[in-house]
Amino acid sequence: MTVGLTHFLVVSTLLFSMGLYAIITRKNAILVLMGIELILNSANINFVAFSRFGNFGYSGHLVALFVIVLAAAEAAIALAIVLNIYKNMSTVNVDEIDNLRD
Amino acid sequence: MINFPILSLITFLPIIGMMIILFIPKRQSLFIKSFTIIITAIQLALAIFLLSNYNFSLAGINDIKSFQFVEKFRWIEIDGFAWLGKIKIDYLLGVDGLSVPMILLTTIITFIASISSWTIDKSIKGYFLMFLLLDTGMIGVFVALDFFLFYIFWELMLLPMYFLIGIWGGPRREYAAIKFFLYTLLGSVLILLVMIGLYFSSMETLADGTRVFTFNMLELMNPTNYTQNGILSPLNPANLRLIAFIGLFIGFAIKIPMFPFHTWLPDAHVEAPTAISVILAGVLLKMGTYGILRISYPIFPDITKDLLWWIALFGAINIIYGALTAMAQKDFKKLIAYSSVSHMGYVMLGMAALNTLGISGAILQMFNHGTITAMLFLLVGVIYDRAHLRDIEGFGGLGKQMPIYTGFTTVAFFAAIGLPGLSGFISEALVFLGGFGNNSIRIIAIVSTLGILLGAGYMLWTLQRVFLGNLPEKWNQLTDVDTREYIMFIPLVLIIIFLGVYPSPMLNLMNSSVNAIVDVVEKSGLFLKSIGSL
Amino acid sequence: MYESTLINLSLFILLLPLLGFVVTLLLGKKVKSVFIFENLIIILTFFSSVYLLYSKLANFRTTKISSELEWFGFNNFITGTKLSINLGFMIDNITAIMLFVVALISMLVHLYSIEYMKGDERYNRYFAYLGIFTFSMNGIVLTNNILMMYIFWELVGLSSYLLIGFWFEKKTAADAGKKAFIVNRIGDIGMFAGILILFLTYQTFSFDKIFSSISSGVLPFNSDFWLTVTGILLFCGAIGKSAQFPLHVWLPDAMEGPTPVSALIHAATMVAAGVYLVVRIFGLLTADAMLFIGVIGMISAFIPATIALTQNDIKKVLAYSTVSQLGYMIMALGVGAYQFAFFHLVTHAFFKAALFLGSGSVIHAMHHEQDIRKMGGLRNKMPLTYWTFVISSLAISGIPLTSGFLSKDGIIASSMAFANLTGHYLFPIFSLVVALLTAFYMFRLIILTFHGEPRDIHKFEHAHESPFLMVMPLVLLAGLSIFIWYTPNPLNSEQGWILSKWIEKPTVFTPERSRFDFMKSSSDEENNIKQSYLDAEVYKEAMHSAHYPAMILSELMAILGILFAFIVYQWKKINADSIADKIKPLYNFSLNKWYFDEIYNKTFVAFTIGLSKVLAWFDAKIIDGMVNGSAFLTKHFSFFIGNFDKYVIDGIVNFTAYFNGFIGLLVRRIQTGKVQSYLALVIFSLVILLFIFK
Repeated sequence: MTVGLTHFLVVSTLLFSMGLYAIITRKNAILVLMGIELILNSANINFVAFSRFGNFGYSGHLVALFVIVLAAAEAAIALAIVLNIYKNMSTVNVDEIDNLRD
Repeated sequence: MINFPILSLITFLPIIGMMIILFIPKRQSLFIKSFTIIITAIQLALAIFLLSNYNFSLAGINDIKSFQFVEKFRWIEIDGFAWLGKIKIDYLLGVDGLSVPMILLTTIITFIASISSWTIDKSIKGYFLMFLLLDTGMIGVFVALDFFLFYIFWELMLLPMYFLIGIWGGPRREYAAIKFFLYTLLGSVLILLVMIGLYFSSMETLADGTRVFTFNMLELMNPTNYTQNGILSPLNPANLRLIAFIGLFIGFAIKIPMFPFHTWLPDAHVEAPTAISVILAGVLLKMGTYGILRISYPIFPDITKDLLWWIALFGAINIIYGALTAMAQKDFKKLIAYSSVSHMGYVMLGMAALNTLGISGAILQMFNHGTITAMLFLLVGVIYDRAHLRDIEGFGGLGKQMPIYTGFTTVAFFAAIGLPGLSGFISEALVFLGGFGNNSIRIIAIVSTLGILLGAGYMLWTLQRVFLGNLPEKWNQLTDVDTREYIMFIPLVLIIIFLGVYPSPMLNLMNSSVNAIVDVVEKSGLFLKSIGSL
Repeated sequence: MYESTLINLSLFILLLPLLGFVVTLLLGKKVKSVFIFENLIIILTFFSSVYLLYSKLANFRTTKISSELEWFGFNNFITGTKLSINLGFMIDNITAIMLFVVALISMLVHLYSIEYMKGDERYNRYFAYLGIFTFSMNGIVLTNNILMMYIFWELVGLSSYLLIGFWFEKKTAADAGKKAFIVNRIGDIGMFAGILILFLTYQTFSFDKIFSSISSGVLPFNSDFWLTVTGILLFCGAIGKSAQFPLHVWLPDAMEGPTPVSALIHAATMVAAGVYLVVRIFGLLTADAMLFIGVIGMISAFIPATIALTQNDIKKVLAYSTVSQLGYMIMALGVGAYQFAFFHLVTHAFFKAALFLGSGSVIHAMHHEQDIRKMGGLRNKMPLTYWTFVISSLAISGIPLTSGFLSKDGIIASSMAFANLTGHYLFPIFSLVVALLTAFYMFRLIILTFHGEPRDIHKFEHAHESPFLMVMPLVLLAGLSIFIWYTPNPLNSEQGWILSKWIEKPTVFTPERSRFDFMKSSSDEENNIKQSYLDAEVYKEAMHSAHYPAMILSELMAILGILFAFIVYQWKKINADSIADKIKPLYNFSLNKWYFDEIYNKTFVAFTIGLSKVLAWFDAKIIDGMVNGSAFLTKHFSFFIGNFDKYVIDGIVNFTAYFNGFIGLLVRRIQTGKVQSYLALVIFSLVILLFIFK
């Protein structure tokens, strides 16, 4: 059995679903961020897989590299935000941060 | 000639006085009163000075060159609005033989009314402020030659009158004041509409050759100024001039007051304090007829000529209806108010005659009625001050208790019923001579002579009920005329007798202008023709 | 002597009493004796008028002097013409005589009043009023134009009003004054209308200018009819002032005034002004107008004579007799007896003034008792009053040797001549009947007052002859009622100087076609156009043939009347009361003055008052009701609009807001503020969208 495109997509789908699940259900903001990382990585898998099996050259790899860089930047900013939220509200529980409602 | 702007001075002197009074503390009431009297006295002196410098031979009416003491400058100038053209409003004052008698009358009456106001004891400062404001409004109406300015003065006078009746009046003062205000405001609205209509119908040519819309009455009288499709232009196929004339006429008729628009008058008179009744009857009523002669006649000569019969008819109705209604009144002041209605009917009849005799009679009657009725109201005021009663039936036999007062009343009453030798006779006789001289209203004039019979009827009946017969016990404390009242009555009596014996000066004063009015209206055919040739 | 002297003199005569009036009125309160000034003024006026009469008759007997000046005028710059209203004097013999009569009687009344009014609280004011009366009356007499006549006409009305109501505490006096003024005004309106027509036609008020225009053919509205109307309208003034039927009702009431006033104003002078007016406008009267005037005069002579028969107030009897005599004069003018009318005016002025002053003397003596039923027997107590009263009564009855005979007989003869010429026989018949009635009621008055037994002993005992100042005028006036002043022949006045020389003969200016036949100028007299119809042969002949029958008949009537009065009241052969009972309705009719007052009160007065009440109601309820109603409607309409605005217009606005708010309420539930739920929602929505747009 050769590993084909389908297998890559299944893995990335699982990864995406787990990330989504984490984003929606986790209370801790850090965990939510980790969910986001999972989703980004599932996207990376997709990019590389389509690049390998499709006729796209190396563009997929290239975008995947960009995404990694982006994810790093995003994690830095997001963690800073979380840190500030914690400073202001003494919590990182997203359920309690509902100031947007008002 | 006079080198200073006498008309502006005479008009705005009371405003200056008002400013000064504003700075005087309330408790200085004696000073406020005497200051007002001084202001009105200066005004009267100015009016006499004006008369002594007046050239009797110039006519005025529709020719700016023959107006005297003219003051003219651009007052409001707005260049904007393409569709409106330029808005240019003049500050234009001037007098002719029609307005000089009225200015004289106003200053005399105001002077005497300010003396009569001495007895006011409720918020004196406010009263005299209003009084002086009213004064400016009245004089302004008689000197303004720009319709816009005229209208402003016309309205200016309304407001103080409202407060003077509404605050210093009798028990039903609010009702009377509101009725007066709304009624006259209705008239003002009509005047305003016609004024705006005229504005958009007539264009004046300026010195630099541009043509602008105008409020200048004298330009409005010039038929060649009408634009092709101005709303009130005779050239406009949808001829609205008749409607405009009627609107304007009703506006003025409310002030006269003409039947059936007269009912505000008895209420206002009864409730107003004495001095204000005096001004109301003596001056304000004249503004209606003055407006008709000054504005309606020369601006709408074509329509005027067609409607003379109606004016005469309403004049006759006023005469007879007013007299009969007066006869049935129980309230002394109301009776005199209705007699005013009757006497103003003579003015309308004389105006409708449209000949020298008739219009001279009308203007003279305006003056005479002003002095006579002023005196009558003062007399009623005197007795009301003492007895606090105006019910005619409640008096009797005062002739014994107050002989001098009775003497003054007798003079005033007989002047009112047109006894020869007193001024009322001359004007009434001239009105009838004029009215009878006009073919179309001859019958109306003859019927109106009934008025002099009815007038004698109600006046003598009143005289009897108040002064003759036995003196009721309760009135034997009444005192006769005091010095202040002498000062009010004697000038009026002298004027009444002087004009009754020698009316010539007054008639000469207005002669040229009367001729001009008659000429303008008589030649309304030429008026239309000169438009046709445009 | 120049004409201008006379004009100046007449101006002096006119203005003197005015001065008296002003001074007396103004100083009356302070200076108790100012009445002396007024009396001196009037005496001066009298002597001036005597001098005027003398110089007029001596120097200018045949000329008419006139002068005028502009009072005020109107320039017409368009036509370049000038219209002047003038004041002016005209002095002819009639003016001078009339002026003399007025001044004389006025002076006598002034003097008489000094005693009569003594003790009155408004003593000085009384004299002031007399002064203004004399002034106004002189004005009427002197004027040369109809407007000025109207002016003074009204002024005498004023003085009459003031003097009738002099004792204004009495309601009857106040009523009478008012009635006199208003009734006079009715006539004056007619007169004024006539003046309007004249002015419209001739652009002048001057008598002479009007007459000359008429004779040159200018007529009002170019018709004879309107000339007639004008004449009648002008005559309306006379109807009022001279108390002619149907406006005679004011004169008897006017007796409420002090008696000397009644003598001066309501007997001798002012009421005669109506006659004077007709004399002045005689030239423009057409035949129809004259007939109208004659008929009015005739009726006015007859009705009051019948009323006077039954009156019990001494002054009322005299008042009705005045109306009746004025009717004679007016009738005389109507039948063309121009000279006799004026002559009767003069003689009547003297003897009627004497009668009134005599009655005043009686009233004074009887302590203001006027009812003749309470008098009687005063003959011996007041001999001078009695005899002057008798002489004057003889004069009014037209007994020979008196002045009344001369003038009255002339009128009766003229009416006969007129009847012969035109066929109107009612005039002489009525004038004879009135002569009978006059003689009867005058002697009834004398007998009841002076003869017989006193009926009120208490008052009788206090009665005494009046003082000198009151008796002197009586004697003087009674003396003037003797023929000798007027003519040397007591039976024929035409030979006397007053008719042949003094009173000018009338000139008629109306078109020939509208005159009576006998007034037309006959063709052979064309070279003598100025000749009066009185000198025409036909008229002279008629007068001549009427002279003796008229004299005999009128004497017969007068003597019958006097005799009857003696039979009934002196000798009591017939009981007056039983006659009265027999003709009860007629008696009551006369006693109640033909019910004129009642009829007028029920009709004209009631109508006017009723109309005025209806109109006042109309004014207050309907006209003012409309004003208030429109205010009410506006108010309620605005209230309605206010509510509409509040609930409907604003309601829609509020509803929109409310609705949106409601929707918002519903939707706000999903706004939790929780990031995760938003995300879940987004994903859920994405899935749904995927399914929809797949």
